[in-house]
Amino acid sequence: MNKKNKELLMKYKSVIGLIVFSLIIAVLNDRFLTVSNILNVFKQTSINSVIAAGMTFIILTGGIDLSVGSTLALSGAIAASLLASGTPMIVAVISAILLGAFIGFLNGIIIAKGKVQPFIATLAMMTIIRGVTLIFTNGRPISTGDFSGAEIFSFIGSGKVFGIPFPIIITIVVFAIAYYILKNTSLGRYVYALGGNEEATKLSGINVMQVKYKAYAISGALAAVAGLIVTARLSSAQPQAGSGYELDAIAAVVLGGTSLAGGKGGVIGTIIGALIIGILNNALNLMDVTSYYQLLIKGIVILVAVLIDRDSE
Amino acid sequence: MENIILRMENVRKEFPGVVAINNVHLNVYDGKIMALLGENGAGKSTLVKVMTGVYKRTSGDIYYKGEPVEFKGPKESQEAGIAIIHQELNLINELSIAENIFIGREFKNKFGRIDWKKTYIEAEKLLNEVGLNENPKEIVGALSIGKQQLVEIAKALSLNAKLIVLDEPTDALTDKETESLFKVMRKLREDGKSMVYISHRLEEIFEICDDVTILRDGEFIKEEKIENLTKDKMIELMVGRKLEEQFPKINHKFGKTIFQAVNLENKYLKDVSFGIKEGEILGIAGLMGAGRTELAKTIYGVYKLKYGKLILDDKEISINNPKDAINKKIAYVSEDRKKDGLILSLSVKENIHISALKNIEGKLGYLDRKKEKEDAQEYIDSMSIKTPSMNQKVKNLSGGNQQKVAIAKSLITNPKLLILDEPTRGVDVGAKKEIYDLINEYKKQGMSILMISSEIPEILGMSDRIIVMHEGRIAGELSIKEATQEKIMSLAVGEQVI
Repeated sequence: MNKKNKELLMKYKSVIGLIVFSLIIAVLNDRFLTVSNILNVFKQTSINSVIAAGMTFIILTGGIDLSVGSTLALSGAIAASLLASGTPMIVAVISAILLGAFIGFLNGIIIAKGKVQPFIATLAMMTIIRGVTLIFTNGRPISTGDFSGAEIFSFIGSGKVFGIPFPIIITIVVFAIAYYILKNTSLGRYVYALGGNEEATKLSGINVMQVKYKAYAISGALAAVAGLIVTARLSSAQPQAGSGYELDAIAAVVLGGTSLAGGKGGVIGTIIGALIIGILNNALNLMDVTSYYQLLIKGIVILVAVLIDRDSE
Repeated sequence: MENIILRMENVRKEFPGVVAINNVHLNVYDGKIMALLGENGAGKSTLVKVMTGVYKRTSGDIYYKGEPVEFKGPKESQEAGIAIIHQELNLINELSIAENIFIGREFKNKFGRIDWKKTYIEAEKLLNEVGLNENPKEIVGALSIGKQQLVEIAKALSLNAKLIVLDEPTDALTDKETESLFKVMRKLREDGKSMVYISHRLEEIFEICDDVTILRDGEFIKEEKIENLTKDKMIELMVGRKLEEQFPKINHKFGKTIFQAVNLENKYLKDVSFGIKEGEILGIAGLMGAGRTELAKTIYGVYKLKYGKLILDDKEISINNPKDAINKKIAYVSEDRKKDGLILSLSVKENIHISALKNIEGKLGYLDRKKEKEDAQEYIDSMSIKTPSMNQKVKNLSGGNQQKVAIAKSLITNPKLLILDEPTRGVDVGAKKEIYDLINEYKKQGMSILMISSEIPEILGMSDRIIVMHEGRIAGELSIKEATQEKIMSLAVGEQVI
């Protein structure tokens, strides 16, 4: 194999890995490679993908956001209660997304201005927001109600456009925008610069704090978008929704080759990472593997994938 | 014939793409002090690292006590009796003197408990040997740098060192501390220890050393007895060329005074005032810790001003952060490009543009890729940055080319005042000359350049005027005509110029 082919192989190794992985599952189980199942995988992956897109921004800056699961729950609950009180759908949706962005912005302030480690700051925020959600919902699910807004709202979770489930369309739009920002705008460049060398970025005349506010706000807003999908699908908001989702999102980002140290990676990898996790979940379900073993196998796959990635560096 | 404790012959060390040292010889004699001299980048520290096994040599032989040796790492050479006292000390500030000396080799009783009584008695003995009158229970962080160095030497003695390498030990010392260090060195020499002494201060070499080995550009130049050398001869051997050739002087008329610092005062600076004209290079000399970088970073908005004002174009300006500074046309090239000058994980193109993305921002924040490429190519060509492509990650470039990218990154902001902090640190000799030519080119175009440097020949060769800093103050200003190495040094150490 010549050098150029080798480079090409290295560049697309995650795509190749994904395809090989899918083929193996397709051979093992004939129900896997059907249109309805594939759409199902994409649909199920959409929630994790949307959160992971935001998480990619954070991890690229060298940070981490553990509060996304709680943000998802609170945004969903707010949207549901607004809809239940007859608020127009668009207002409920925008309010939820703004709330998510605001929670992220708070994370950014605590981290940038308060100089608190992202891990600790967002761990605290995760607990606080979960608490707020439980207080707000009284620990009970909130139904989106019978107003007309609620009916349009459910389209977000289970509607279809040309046969494609709407959550998949949301995911595609989210990733297109995330890709655009990271590749083509100053903010994207600053996110990479900040993760590569914060001190040098500061000395280059960049307002590093602002970059952090924006990155965490994006992550919070996308967690809220995921919260809307979850809530719309069930037509109700669960107070415990999104628990542990932050870890799946981090796994997707890392599987996609983004370095936890920051500065390296991107959203294309993240889609692939999220799909690998989604396909794995789907395959284990199709093969009737019990949920206890599913966790065990998922953990091992993530570990092995990351180890392979590290070796090839 | 004198006895040789350590002999290095025809030693060569290559790094990917660079020969760091070639054909170098070094003899260290029993009970003698050998000076190791050379400019920055001459290969002194590489040679020491090869000696102690930190680097594996590419070729050549090393004999220690007459036997060929092949140390696999500093631990092995230490066990064999070679100790190094680095400029940056390897002590743990939070631990006591005694704990530091015996760290990793604590005296223990049979239950594994540390025998403190014995530890302190042994430490006391060693402190006496190096003439340090301190309680061994004292915390190291509370000692002055000079005393900490003596603790390091005590530690070396406890390891039964036969050969001690001192790497620029006096750079951060006061005259008094230097004198007591020399006293200890003389005593160790009487006790039969051998030493290698690395220093830029030529007067000290005459005071303390027996022999001198001179390196230049990684090559061995000469070994000579100290009594056969003069200071001028030493400099000539070190530099290897006349200063005028290295630093082509541009004489032109300066413009008006463009920038003034008036009574700057903060944690690091005391009443610093100066002005600089268009097309002028103002050199800032001083020792490590004199406040030069802090002055630059204060002007650049990294450190806050407590008092004083900055005047640009006859208008008082306020600068609260680097962004303000760049907007006001002040740029800063860091002394440490890897730590805070460049983003190594980004490409050449991305680094060049990082401070000036605004210039290529279009609708929806879309960056104009075409203009970005054209601009980057322009700098790559005009500064002859050697890189396989503008998309190459900066971490893969050589030191000299990295430095050029760091300078390009500042130039693209179109500064009126360019602050260069150690512009040629860690840059090889060829690239140095290119950087000097570039600086002169910008000077010709009328840019005002504040150049901080620890290399006195560089300061003397490039500057139109020199200010020397000492403990946060301006100790003196010298016109280029009156400036000499001695005058700069004596101002730098806080003595009055006569």
